Amino acid sequence: MRLFRKLLKAPALAAALVLGSLPAIAAPSGPHYGGTLRLVAAAAEGTMDPQVNYTLKYWQLFPILYDGLVTFQKAGGTDAFKIVPDLAVSIPTPTDGGKTYRFTLRKGIRFSNGQTLTADDVRATFVRMFKVLNPNAGTWYNVIEGGDACVKTPASCTLPGVVADDAAGTVTFHLVHPDSEFLDQLAVPFGSIVPASTPAKDMGTTPIPGSGAYMIKSYDPNKGMVLVRNPYFKQWSAAAQPWGYVDEIDYNFGLTPDAQVTAVENGQDDWSFDNIPLDRLNEIATRYPQQLHLNPLLAYFYLTLNVNLPPFNSLAARQAVAYALNRGDLVKLYGGPALATPSCQVLPPGMPGYVAYCPYTQNPGPRWTAPDMAKAKELMAKSGTAGQSVTVITQTIDPYRAMGVYVQSLLNQLGYKASVKAISPDIEFTYLQNTKNKVQIGITDWYQDYPAPSDFLNVLYSCANFHPGSDTSINMPGFCDPSIDKMMQQAMTLSLTDEAGANKIWAQVDQKITDASPTVTMLNPKHADFVSKRLGNFVFSGQTYFQPELAWVK
Amino acid sequence: MSGAEPTYAEAGWDERVALAPPALGYWAGAFRKLLRKPSALLSFAFLVLIVFSCMAAPYYARDVSRTDPFATNVGGTTMVHGKSVDVLQQATNGLGLGLTPIGPLWRFGPYALGADDQGRDVAARLLYGGRNSLLIGAASTAICLVLATITGLIAGFFGGIVDRVISVFLDILWAFPIYLLAISLSIVLINQSIGIGPLQLTGNSLLLPILIIGVVYVPYVARPIRGQVLSLRNSEFVLAARGLGVPGLRILWRDILPNVFSTVIVFAPLMMALNILTEAALSFLSVGVQPPAASWGTIIHDGEALLYTQPTVAIAPGMAIVLTVLALNILGDGLRDALDPRAKLRVG
Repeated sequence: MRLFRKLLKAPALAAALVLGSLPAIAAPSGPHYGGTLRLVAAAAEGTMDPQVNYTLKYWQLFPILYDGLVTFQKAGGTDAFKIVPDLAVSIPTPTDGGKTYRFTLRKGIRFSNGQTLTADDVRATFVRMFKVLNPNAGTWYNVIEGGDACVKTPASCTLPGVVADDAAGTVTFHLVHPDSEFLDQLAVPFGSIVPASTPAKDMGTTPIPGSGAYMIKSYDPNKGMVLVRNPYFKQWSAAAQPWGYVDEIDYNFGLTPDAQVTAVENGQDDWSFDNIPLDRLNEIATRYPQQLHLNPLLAYFYLTLNVNLPPFNSLAARQAVAYALNRGDLVKLYGGPALATPSCQVLPPGMPGYVAYCPYTQNPGPRWTAPDMAKAKELMAKSGTAGQSVTVITQTIDPYRAMGVYVQSLLNQLGYKASVKAISPDIEFTYLQNTKNKVQIGITDWYQDYPAPSDFLNVLYSCANFHPGSDTSINMPGFCDPSIDKMMQQAMTLSLTDEAGANKIWAQVDQKITDASPTVTMLNPKHADFVSKRLGNFVFSGQTYFQPELAWVK
Repeated sequence: MSGAEPTYAEAGWDERVALAPPALGYWAGAFRKLLRKPSALLSFAFLVLIVFSCMAAPYYARDVSRTDPFATNVGGTTMVHGKSVDVLQQATNGLGLGLTPIGPLWRFGPYALGADDQGRDVAARLLYGGRNSLLIGAASTAICLVLATITGLIAGFFGGIVDRVISVFLDILWAFPIYLLAISLSIVLINQSIGIGPLQLTGNSLLLPILIIGVVYVPYVARPIRGQVLSLRNSEFVLAARGLGVPGLRILWRDILPNVFSTVIVFAPLMMALNILTEAALSFLSVGVQPPAASWGTIIHDGEALLYTQPTVAIAPGMAIVLTVLALNILGDGLRDALDPRAKLRVG
């Protein structure tokens, strides 16, 4: 029996080598290479389909599992905002007035199932994106010719705007109009190229082969995920897809944030996804300062005020809240000045187009210094809205809950009859968007998808993104100012040729929206990562945060 | 034989009847039995103390803590040993991360039990929270007992199809895990205001947890009452009343209800203890009392985020719940022994 098995193995081995189903590329070796990186989070985030999942937790992983034509550079800080060629040999210069992009693919790249990546895989990926109802298909990718038709009838999508030439190894995108952010949108995980044979449905927990440095060995949303090296991966660009240091990444689910901190503290895990509980911050910062990493984010926490419902359909009432808000107190509730910075405007520091601006402070200028309660009460009197009932919508978890209670108390001080409704974080974001819920004021936040001012200003405040009665009306306050819309369109067009000029317009748009106060900015957060003692080379990307492939445990 | 009065032992039957102390009524007898139970009396006294302390919450907030327990006080200060101290203290060591509320000052004054994450006086909130916890516990118990008594009486007395329909309904309600049912109802009702005629129930109304808790425990009480009524229905005095042509509803009201009333009374403190625990659980999960209103459960929830730095915020309401529930259970046991010593009622 044993002999029989050996005899069977020999031809099978030879056949496998011929068919290319066995790894032909050796894993890297050298100092720091090898070992298992252990990550931990409270829960999974659903599907592992890169064209469907829209969560930070998995957007951190997709870049090491998949490649796009272009990608954000694997680097720390703001270097991570730079777009570099990935599957494409180079970043093409658009032709046809900015409407055509022709990419030439690198040769010899293979998926983790051994299959060679072709131009047709790229075309099929973008068709699939519409068929699986990608969350941003209708707002980002419909700029591709045929995109709007695909949004309307996904099942019959052919997307003529993407033309693949397998023989030449090229893929050409034809856009309906120039789009200065098209490359950004290709670089995010939605643009991950998957095999053309991938079924056109959300693949859920079934891993889709990718061309990245790692592949998913197993995924159980109730337990965890194991990533191992992709046996067919060979580094073609350290900036786009470097060899990872560790051989395996184990991502375990099920620990509370508090237990995660303890696990990292004890060296049982190397990094925790969830925010460090506020009551453990000081302990961690004091006992393990070398293991704590603080990094600014392109993000903001804000109050969304419904401009179409009383009392905040009054500009004076909205501005009263903006003046009264003690952003210093909110920073404290967030964890202190080391973890957040007060802000009055939409664009966060570091974002192109950012010019510090704060009219809602005791001494108006670039920075917030203190609330101006006298001015707030004057505006309240002018608005005539005192005495009205207001419900603050927030989340059941901190810091949102604490902020909600704070805002409720502040509104009472201003003369409203305020109450707080804390709802599950799973539904709050969509709850705030749907006008049927008649939300007057709510607490939420926004983190960049990619570093472009339009990702804040156009996405959150354009008339086109207000859809009454829909759960996907990201313009939560229902703000619509045609003159501001026009300026934003002008900035987006100008950014194709004159980025500096466009950024000046974005700065003006930022100030105009801040003045109109459909939202009231509270603070810009920082991110705190607590890592184990053995974890080295912690690199924080402004785009995808902690980069597990660059960390080592040896 | 002496000429003296015969003793009770020496007396004949008629003399014994004459010598015996006057018979006590059912309630007077029960009351006397209760008085012989010091643990029950002590529990009752403790409960009275808790109730009066909680009733005094506004006076405590105004005259002792001198803060508004429902307003945030993030930037506030208080005097400690003649010095002004921040109520929420920013860490000054390490990277300066984190904010720690001032700890218990153990004094009859502001921040006796420290502050919570909004800088509010925990002691004042504990008293206000107790008002809501006790109110919800008592009101939901009243609703539960009234509904359960009516249901149990009707099902047990009329029997037949009426009994079967009511029993099936109670079984269905009982088949749901209580907390899961209460949480589900709370989530739905908190997010959607309900209008019943002129009555508008908004998400932050205390009536919501009262109604939810009151309803979910109805089968708990209704089923034993139904069983008791089934037994009483065939008792001699009921059969006699029927034989005399007394109407059914009158029998129910005059003969059966008084006989199950002691059971209902025994249930009252035990159910109230259970309801206080349920309210605390719902509020801890953010689906009970809504902020800024407080209950012991919401204060524990507030304290959850401060367990490492300021555990008093969670421990104080936890202790209040433990002691109140313990007192209610001891009182309930005393009442059961006094009113219905043969009963095997156990709750919890």
